Amino acid sequence: MPDTHSPAIRSNQPADAHAAVYRYDEFDKTFIFERVEQFRAQVERRLKGEITEEEFKPIRLMNGLYLQLHAYMLRVAVPYGMLSSTQVRRLARIARVYDKGYGHFTTRQNIQFNWPKLEDVPTILRELAEVDMHAIQTSGNCIRNVTTDQFCGAAADELVDPRVYAEILRQWSTMHPEFTYLPRKFKIAITGSPNDRAAVQVHDIGLIAKKDEVTGRVGFTVYVGGGQGRTPYLAVKARDFVPVEEIIGYLEAILRVYNQLGRRDNIYKARIKITVNEMGADKFIGLIEEEYARLPRQKFYVDPAIVDAIQTHFAPPPWVDLPAISDSFEAAKAADPAFARWTRTNLTEHKTPGYAIATISLKPIGGIPGDAEADQLETVADLADLYSFGEVRVTHEQNLVLAHVRKDDLYPLWKALDAAGLGTANAGLISDIIACPGLDYCALANTRAIPVAQRIAERFADLDRQHDLGELKVKISGCINACGHHHVGHIGILGVDKKGEEFFQILLGGDAGTNAALGEIVGPGFDYDGIIDAVETVVNTFVKLRQPGEIFIQTLARTGHAPFKEALYARA
Amino acid sequence: MLVKAKGTQQSVAASRLLDGEAVWLGTGNIWVEDVAQAAVFDGADAIAEALAFAKAEEKRQIVVDVYPLDVEITEAGTRPTHLRERLKGIGPTVRRDLGKQARQPAA
Repeated sequence: MPDTHSPAIRSNQPADAHAAVYRYDEFDKTFIFERVEQFRAQVERRLKGEITEEEFKPIRLMNGLYLQLHAYMLRVAVPYGMLSSTQVRRLARIARVYDKGYGHFTTRQNIQFNWPKLEDVPTILRELAEVDMHAIQTSGNCIRNVTTDQFCGAAADELVDPRVYAEILRQWSTMHPEFTYLPRKFKIAITGSPNDRAAVQVHDIGLIAKKDEVTGRVGFTVYVGGGQGRTPYLAVKARDFVPVEEIIGYLEAILRVYNQLGRRDNIYKARIKITVNEMGADKFIGLIEEEYARLPRQKFYVDPAIVDAIQTHFAPPPWVDLPAISDSFEAAKAADPAFARWTRTNLTEHKTPGYAIATISLKPIGGIPGDAEADQLETVADLADLYSFGEVRVTHEQNLVLAHVRKDDLYPLWKALDAAGLGTANAGLISDIIACPGLDYCALANTRAIPVAQRIAERFADLDRQHDLGELKVKISGCINACGHHHVGHIGILGVDKKGEEFFQILLGGDAGTNAALGEIVGPGFDYDGIIDAVETVVNTFVKLRQPGEIFIQTLARTGHAPFKEALYARA
Repeated sequence: MLVKAKGTQQSVAASRLLDGEAVWLGTGNIWVEDVAQAAVFDGADAIAEALAFAKAEEKRQIVVDVYPLDVEITEAGTRPTHLRERLKGIGPTVRRDLGKQARQPAA
């Protein structure tokens, strides 16, 4: 075993003793295990014919079980993307024993297994419950898994640790009697940093931490009514500042208004974004404020004692005092150009001197975005134990993160990752593509998305070329449901069915970050073979037009779409 | 997205309840795992009769998600006309080691 700085391992504690995951109390454990046995009985009744598929379908969906193109699919919740190494190993075991040896990380920071048998699912859920995991709220018209910034608790620019509030939101929303049968699914994202890494403005509710300049109080700017899908909208600001202790009350008011007014007559118009935009944002916000003024505030007051208690689950790991500069790290960079390249894209500044945040790319060139084999999951768990307090995060961009790595340890970490096919130096670059499962797995898709992502990555396989291009976010969806976030890709790709053939539209100018924007369709679509050339044409046009230091989205903002459109269609 | 069957030649697809495996109604009202062996029903009456049987199989807890699909008859057997249905008969194109294609020649 390589040398480790892990204080847990050195003191014979579990290696993930300091992993910042919410650990269930007896109440939580009892609830989850009872829920598993309830579902086991429901499956048995279904198999005996005591309940019909019509009756069973909403039950299985409430337990994360879908029926897809080739098999059932089980979506497991990863609350706000946080996992302990024990949990990662359990996911690897489930992949190996009950599935086909791999899992797929999603844009909601969850993981999906694509091949479970119905009769095995209760046992899988029991295995998950043993490590404080479940599949509740990963489907159905409820409040889904709250997502957040993958760098939370480690980022240098953070105002508030969003996990604490994400966990409070989880406890508030789980089995909430009023919000279990909403008009449609409901997604909340929260970021503790003013720099949005959680795509909050394309969520039903988005929360961005803010500090009141005058009082010093901390709270959230609340956005409402964002979303992608067939009718994309950026969220509108409902309130510039809601103090943290009032956040549950304010969200309760939003959900109450939506639950009453959201359309239940048309599934395509049932999301809150439609309600907000049909009614008008001002009127909708007015109704929220009326409801907020009316409801018993004290009942929803977030007691600081509760916050403190939850905070203990997310206590900082026992960092040690280290010099900001690591000589061994600098020497390794100088000696190994491949490592140096990885450090340029896959490391983020940590708030503690001597540490760094490492992004593990699940986008090897030609690989399937977001897929991880069971042995890769186990490697990540081992490396998390050795180098990052036994903690792993899932990003909404379908990568993994080790958030607290000593700079001294980065080189051995990268070498181990690279040996496992996890060391690609492409975070944020053109081959770090979000892609939905598409028609390779999904029963709703019109076209494939994964092989388009693979071919783009292969076309730009030269990492020097990718690094020269700089940050460039490509996002691909296989249908208008937009699970691949194509609306907010710098280059978005939407697959459409054109008389039984796959066609792909290009959108330009989307952005999921702080300057959120929806991309615009640039012109007629391209066939399966033509889409890769089209993307390369867009990229080559950028290279011709860019000014020193510009990334793609900046050049596009300066020049507009015209030169790109001309380059794409002039040759036709 | 589910493609509406409009042709005169159709087969009936479903998923097996127990494991979600894609299956098609074959000759003699047997569920088959190979789309090439799917029975082809000509005309509205034959299609309606096949769907009625399949729906009854749903009630018997054999299959779920029953629907008709357009097909054509080829030398290799029954072939869905739409890409979605062809992929259902093969498996993920990005993992040739998985799905039906891993067990048999692609349809």
